[in-house]
Amino acid sequence: MTNTWQDIRNANLVIVMGGNAAEAHPCGFKWVIEAKIENGAKLVVVDPRFTRTASVADYYAPIRPGTDIAFLSGLMRYLLEKDAIQHEYVRSYTNASLIVREGFAFQDGLFSGYDEGRHGYDRSTWDYELDEKGFAKSDDTWQDPRCVINLLKQHVARYTPEMVSRICGTPQDKFLHICELIAATAAPDKAMTSLFALGWTQHTVGAQNIRAMAMVQLLLGNIGVAGGGMNALRGHSNIQGLTDVGLLSNQMPGYLTLPNDRETTFDDYMKTRLFKPLRDGQTSYWQNYRKFVVSLQKALYGDAATAENNWAYDWLPKLDVPLYDIIKAFEMMNNGELTGYICQGFNPLQAFPDRGKIRRGLSKLKFLVTMDPLDTETSRFWQDFGPQNPAKPSEIQTEVFQLPTTCFAEESGSLVNSARWLQWHWKAAEAPGIAKSDIWIMTGIFQRLRELYRKEGGAFPDPILNLTWKYTDPRAPDPEELAKEMNGRALTDLTDATTGAVTKGGTLLDSFAQLRDDGSTSAGCWIFTGSFTEKGNMMARRDATDPREQGIAPNWAWAWPANRRILYNRASADLNGKAWNPKKPIIEWNGTRWVGLDVPDYGPTVKPTDGVGPFIMNAEGMGRLFARDLMADGPFPEHYEPMESPVDNVLHPKVAHNPVARVFADDRANFGKREDFPFVATTYRLTEHFHFWTKHALINAILQPEEFVEIGEALAKEKGIEQGGWVKVSSKRGEVVCKAYVTKRIKPLTVDGKPTHVIGVPLHWGFTGQARKGYGANTLTPSVGDANTQTPEFKAFLVNVEKTTAPVAA
Amino acid sequence: MSDLQSQDYVRRSATTITPPAARSHEDQVAKLIDVSRCIGCKACQSACMEWNDLRPEIGHFEGSYENPADLGPSVWTLMKFAEYENEQGNLEWLIRKDGCMHCEDPGCLKACPAPGAIVQYANGIVDFISDKCIGCGYCVKGCPFDVPRISKVDHKAYKCTLCSDRVSVGLEPACVKACPTGAIMFGSKTDMTDWAGERIEDLKSRGFEKAGLYDPPEVGGTHVMYVLHHADKPSLYSGLPDKPRISPLVQVWKGAIKPLAVFGIAAAAVFGFFHWVTVGPNEVQEEDELEADRLLREMKEEEEKSS
Repeated sequence: MTNTWQDIRNANLVIVMGGNAAEAHPCGFKWVIEAKIENGAKLVVVDPRFTRTASVADYYAPIRPGTDIAFLSGLMRYLLEKDAIQHEYVRSYTNASLIVREGFAFQDGLFSGYDEGRHGYDRSTWDYELDEKGFAKSDDTWQDPRCVINLLKQHVARYTPEMVSRICGTPQDKFLHICELIAATAAPDKAMTSLFALGWTQHTVGAQNIRAMAMVQLLLGNIGVAGGGMNALRGHSNIQGLTDVGLLSNQMPGYLTLPNDRETTFDDYMKTRLFKPLRDGQTSYWQNYRKFVVSLQKALYGDAATAENNWAYDWLPKLDVPLYDIIKAFEMMNNGELTGYICQGFNPLQAFPDRGKIRRGLSKLKFLVTMDPLDTETSRFWQDFGPQNPAKPSEIQTEVFQLPTTCFAEESGSLVNSARWLQWHWKAAEAPGIAKSDIWIMTGIFQRLRELYRKEGGAFPDPILNLTWKYTDPRAPDPEELAKEMNGRALTDLTDATTGAVTKGGTLLDSFAQLRDDGSTSAGCWIFTGSFTEKGNMMARRDATDPREQGIAPNWAWAWPANRRILYNRASADLNGKAWNPKKPIIEWNGTRWVGLDVPDYGPTVKPTDGVGPFIMNAEGMGRLFARDLMADGPFPEHYEPMESPVDNVLHPKVAHNPVARVFADDRANFGKREDFPFVATTYRLTEHFHFWTKHALINAILQPEEFVEIGEALAKEKGIEQGGWVKVSSKRGEVVCKAYVTKRIKPLTVDGKPTHVIGVPLHWGFTGQARKGYGANTLTPSVGDANTQTPEFKAFLVNVEKTTAPVAA
Repeated sequence: MSDLQSQDYVRRSATTITPPAARSHEDQVAKLIDVSRCIGCKACQSACMEWNDLRPEIGHFEGSYENPADLGPSVWTLMKFAEYENEQGNLEWLIRKDGCMHCEDPGCLKACPAPGAIVQYANGIVDFISDKCIGCGYCVKGCPFDVPRISKVDHKAYKCTLCSDRVSVGLEPACVKACPTGAIMFGSKTDMTDWAGERIEDLKSRGFEKAGLYDPPEVGGTHVMYVLHHADKPSLYSGLPDKPRISPLVQVWKGAIKPLAVFGIAAAAVFGFFHWVTVGPNEVQEEDELEADRLLREMKEEEEKSS
């Protein structure tokens, strides 16, 4: 989230699209209700189904799964055509005026630089015209046809209301009414908040779905302001923390990226990461990249990371592909290229696409280790549970080690919530049986591995042997010790260049501004610096005082970065430093510095008139309507059909799908055709359950006991399916036999003149736990991911549905 | 529940003696369920099961989000979901938390032949005192909202207690505490009625012209009230009675037979007890049902004539 949960109450309009906040985030949803009651806000829901969120909405419109970019591009067209944008904001705070290079083009579904052979782009034309000083050229009058704003207008011109309706199936009047409601928030003192979740990420165009709404919010001047923002509602406890500490194959802590194998030296690595300002006088905060990397290496390798060995750069893994994501991992498993797998807090047999492929992959492993508080399906993949898991144990040689772990209440530590707050929690109970904490288990594995490397050598022992491990109990590091390590310390006495203040060697740091690239500081995760200081554990603070009752309680826990609650908050004030919305100011310029409710996301004494952009992480200091070369699939979002789609891409039939989505050959062969699988399916959660965990809890199992799918009345009638009757839902990859919920909440949509039926597939049931056994939604889903992130396309695929009888009990 | 608060009784089933009501100064309480801010998450159901230690069986999917499928001796509250297409052709998903309404004039209490098995406290809560219940099922017939259920295990009647055990020590009911969106509020009946007024005004401003409070006078008002978007049509909300009426059978029992009431109650209690130990729990006989149906029909006809 750019903003906070509590800040939702400041919105004038709440749009829930690409998510189902009431259903999946019922506790946080209280702030939407608060916005409605206390702030007179309107709630708009756009979703293929009439959801629990829709049940309390002021306005609802249906949309075909996987067509959000068409909807949002149509919305941008509407805003630009009606001139419903916040002019001053767009002109000064976004890259609307910057001029794009000659050679950048978009035609027939492809941006310039497409290489059909490798399904990828040469992105060199996706950038600004630079002047002789290396700064981006601009035209504040917007006369130049190659201004970002003019290219954007041209790009979205195709998305007329007729076209939006033709692609999305959303009735034109509903689409236009929503446009009108949204356009009203272009007023400087009005704000819309966008609440979204996996309904946007789980598509082959997932990252671009979110880009599209971020662009809408920039046009409306709704980023950085109270009640605005792009608010990703995180679906797992601490999933925000997972990305923050870089638990992805191409990441390091604090959103630093791992080197690739062409970056053989530290200097090569730094070349592409030290972002020089693209406009005169900009901050471009990533200029400090080197300080963050060196401090990280000092946290990992201590004294072994030196200037001489380039801060142990050689010990970092170098990627030979962009990403070793989970889809790729299971592809490799199926090809016999990956033979051991450690599943820590992860249940891929339920959670990843094409369950059959997951099961076949796990069956080829030499060993599988699962670490989980629950008896997961993955741990039992080898066991025959009847039609819901038809495994043949006699044919599976995988050795499975099932290690029971503690759950959150049985250990102390911090969790990062959607609003980037690091909240400390305290152990409340002893773990049952032989369960051990993840830290204890990981430490044990590390100690034994290191011992093996020490005794036997091995291909590359240095990265393991040199890891620093200075904990009070080396067999079980204390969570507070780890938190301090993440925060970082001065390793020698540090003297501040401007104030002359000295930070003693060994003390915990207050801010990442203190980090150095000369090896005199360490920080395990630079964005967390300030979370555990000499003043104590900031994450453990519990002062809920919210001075203006505006959703900012600065002494409750600690938010990264720098305890900042609202990102880009400089943009909440106008060019003179006065709040756009005087009723809800966040920070304002008082003549000498920025003051207000929040920590400024800006130089605290930088004058508003100095021309420094509010988006200080970006090299141009501006919010990007044009993403330059930073996205794999284009600087503007474009509508591509889901990999399995019921219709042609009416915009460009020859480039129907995301042209740079990575598809493995076996997965492509497993895509279904619309003739065989005529209905659109989408998967989702229900309030009664949390993923695949709570089916293990009796009360949750009582509240939603059995697998079902949701089918509209029209299709049910056509297929002779009765309310609560048995159906078989099949895709090219497998079938699910379950009950049908025949509902008015899903209506057929008219897409390109044809009726299109949507089938809803809730995902909670498996074959372990207390609830009734189920096949699992991922039996049906295709194994293909977003072109940027490889997040699987769970939200739009094709199935068939038939009436059937109850499955034979195992 | 057990008999914890006899000093608080203002009414007691099958008894003509005025209860002590030592705490008649107590405020009347009410739970206000604002349907317009309920998201149907079932946190209330979950909290009810947790606090009251109720665990109904794991059921089946039966064509709705409603689970378990019905109120029961272990299901004291239940989210009900109704899909409704309004006059404009737009869908509304009307979600209502169902359970005991705690009537000011409780039909169950009136119908109950077992002395002290059903009581009403000074604060308005209607409670079942299980150890005095004879399992006859008259409360089921007496209830205009179809709430009480007889357990097949111990043959006693059960329903929501409005967490009388929590309320008596100054806590809100468990469902109120658990509700994440503030859709369930609890306080004095006056405060809840006032708050409902504000909510209704907001709903009217959002186009729900018929928004209103459900506090049906037919049962003297209730201590569980709803804010409804369509207060003119309560039955849209999974059959919430438009005009709740205590079964005519109970009216007959309380009215025509009143001269014999004292004797009748005593006899019923004694008979009830022997009946229960010798034969088992009482059942409503077919003749009673037919008579009740006849009276109901007559009543409806009268209503139709007068309207």
